[in-house]
Amino acid sequence: MKQVPVLGPELFVPAKAQAGEEEQIGYEHYSYWRSTFRTFLKNPVSLVLLAIIIVLTLASFLYPVFSKTDPNKVALDVERWNLSPSQGGGIFGTDQLGRDIWARTWYGTRTSLLLGFIIALLDVGIGMFAGALWGYVKKLDRIMTEIYNILTNIPQPVLLLLLSYILRPGFWTIIIALCSTGWIGIARFVRNKVLMIRDSEYNIASRTLGTPLWRIITKNILPYLVSILIMEAALTIPYSIGAEVFLGFIGLGLPLDTVSLGNLVNMGKNNFMLYPYQLTWPTLVLALVTVSFYIAGNKFADASDPRNHV
Amino acid sequence: MGKYILRRFWQSIITVLIVLFVMFMLLRLMPKENYFTRDDYINMTEEDRTAYLRNLGVLDNPLVQFVRFLRGFVTGDLGRSITVYPKTPISEILKEKIPYSLWFGLVSVLLSVILGFLMGIGMANNKDKLGDQLGTMYVVAVRAIPSLVYLFLIQMWITHLFNLPMVFYEDEPASWILPAISLSLSGIAWYAIWLRRFMVDEENKDYIKFAIAKGLPRNYIMKRHVLRNALVPLVQYLPSQILLTIAGSLIIESIYSIPGMGGLLVYAIRQQDNTLVQALVCIYSILGVFGVFLGDILMAIVDPRIKLTSAKIEREVTA
Repeated sequence: MKQVPVLGPELFVPAKAQAGEEEQIGYEHYSYWRSTFRTFLKNPVSLVLLAIIIVLTLASFLYPVFSKTDPNKVALDVERWNLSPSQGGGIFGTDQLGRDIWARTWYGTRTSLLLGFIIALLDVGIGMFAGALWGYVKKLDRIMTEIYNILTNIPQPVLLLLLSYILRPGFWTIIIALCSTGWIGIARFVRNKVLMIRDSEYNIASRTLGTPLWRIITKNILPYLVSILIMEAALTIPYSIGAEVFLGFIGLGLPLDTVSLGNLVNMGKNNFMLYPYQLTWPTLVLALVTVSFYIAGNKFADASDPRNHV
Repeated sequence: MGKYILRRFWQSIITVLIVLFVMFMLLRLMPKENYFTRDDYINMTEEDRTAYLRNLGVLDNPLVQFVRFLRGFVTGDLGRSITVYPKTPISEILKEKIPYSLWFGLVSVLLSVILGFLMGIGMANNKDKLGDQLGTMYVVAVRAIPSLVYLFLIQMWITHLFNLPMVFYEDEPASWILPAISLSLSGIAWYAIWLRRFMVDEENKDYIKFAIAKGLPRNYIMKRHVLRNALVPLVQYLPSQILLTIAGSLIIESIYSIPGMGGLLVYAIRQQDNTLVQALVCIYSILGVFGVFLGDILMAIVDPRIKLTSAKIEREVTA
């Protein structure tokens, strides 16, 4: 007769959770980011747009390095005023004071892009931080919801105007005015996502298997958010550039001696009847920038959705 | 339902009070010189100025001022404009200007709802075909290009093309057409793109697949199930859009010279007219808050699934 072994603790070996081990199966060949970028870059439209964005950004930031043309140099000679490109006014012509519109367009694009980048970075940074807190700390929910209600119930242009009124018009005023309302939408979104993901089954499973918190955050929650945040950032840029044009139109934008796309478009608009090229060229560059960011942002959002990964 | 409305109503009142308080206190930061017209400021002596300010009440404790402001607001006394329309009661200015903005606004809301819905339905029905792509191009153009640019070009080219008047004349209906259409362009794009998206989302749900498998005609499914469900999240935004037509459109009213509300806030700001800025900002904020309130209630009426106990509605549209 066979001897039945007596059950005892010495027969069992405790299984220790080792970092990374729980993800050994079926995970090795899949990288979220590689897949996202592969899907994004496989689409010819996204590729072209990305190229446009990179070229425009580089060109606008490098233009001052390679060109000696001063965008603020006024021509004292009346003959040099309002020259169209065909009359020898340079690539985009000259404006009512003989300033070179080609140079002004690049300097302006740089100002507008810088504005857009800073606002996008601040909005997403503050929004992510506040949203994560809002989602994790239950006590904050009431206050944050109230702040959200207040900021979103007031019509956006009204708030923008009020802030430009109280603060002095300028580069940082526009940034403060746009960021003061922009972050809350992102925060709200992050909060909803955090609430949803935090207690979903796969996270409970992950926690049960002993995955440390930082790993849950970086591997389970962050990928959900980062793609959305990149998209939000990409869409904030055209919005900010548009807002600068709008504020310039009503006279609360950047000071007139600052070269920005908003100021260029508004000046071109005033001279449109006589010298249409003064509006057309800056506007085309402006539209190229905003449309590229807008579509690229949407394409990236599609690519970042794991359901679209092959 | 009644309980829900009452609770949301109180909530809105509290939000309005907080908003008004914050706005009011922010505006106290502005310099006192803004309460004078330029001539008055030059002609008055220092004592006169102090007496004038005391008479206006702006030297009192801000809290006392706030209570007085609220009392005036409720009884319809909004104070008098200072620099834009010197010494005219603000309520009279509003009475004159609101009708222009309101009529143009209502027509444009109507246009954007009708055309936007038709466009969205068309795009969803022809998903990924030529019509859908053309529609998407329109939406991208309207949303990505700053509106000032294309509105201005429309004014320049279309008036030229059809020989329409360049600016608004009260007694010439032909001059009303372009402002009304320009005003609806972004609304059409907004309704079209969200309706398309919600309809496509809805079409992919299991119950629709089941309905197709059951052999229901496609038209019936689209009308009774897909469209109805897709409309729910959009209905929420209708009340605030209608209410805020009162605020007018800044760019359009300015380029077509319509004497409506659109430019008023900007003129008030440029002329540093403190009381007018204060009154306008507060009115718009109140309209905004109550637009959201009415939207939530409308949504609860349209969609019986929404739990009236929780004020949070998870399905959201971001503008």
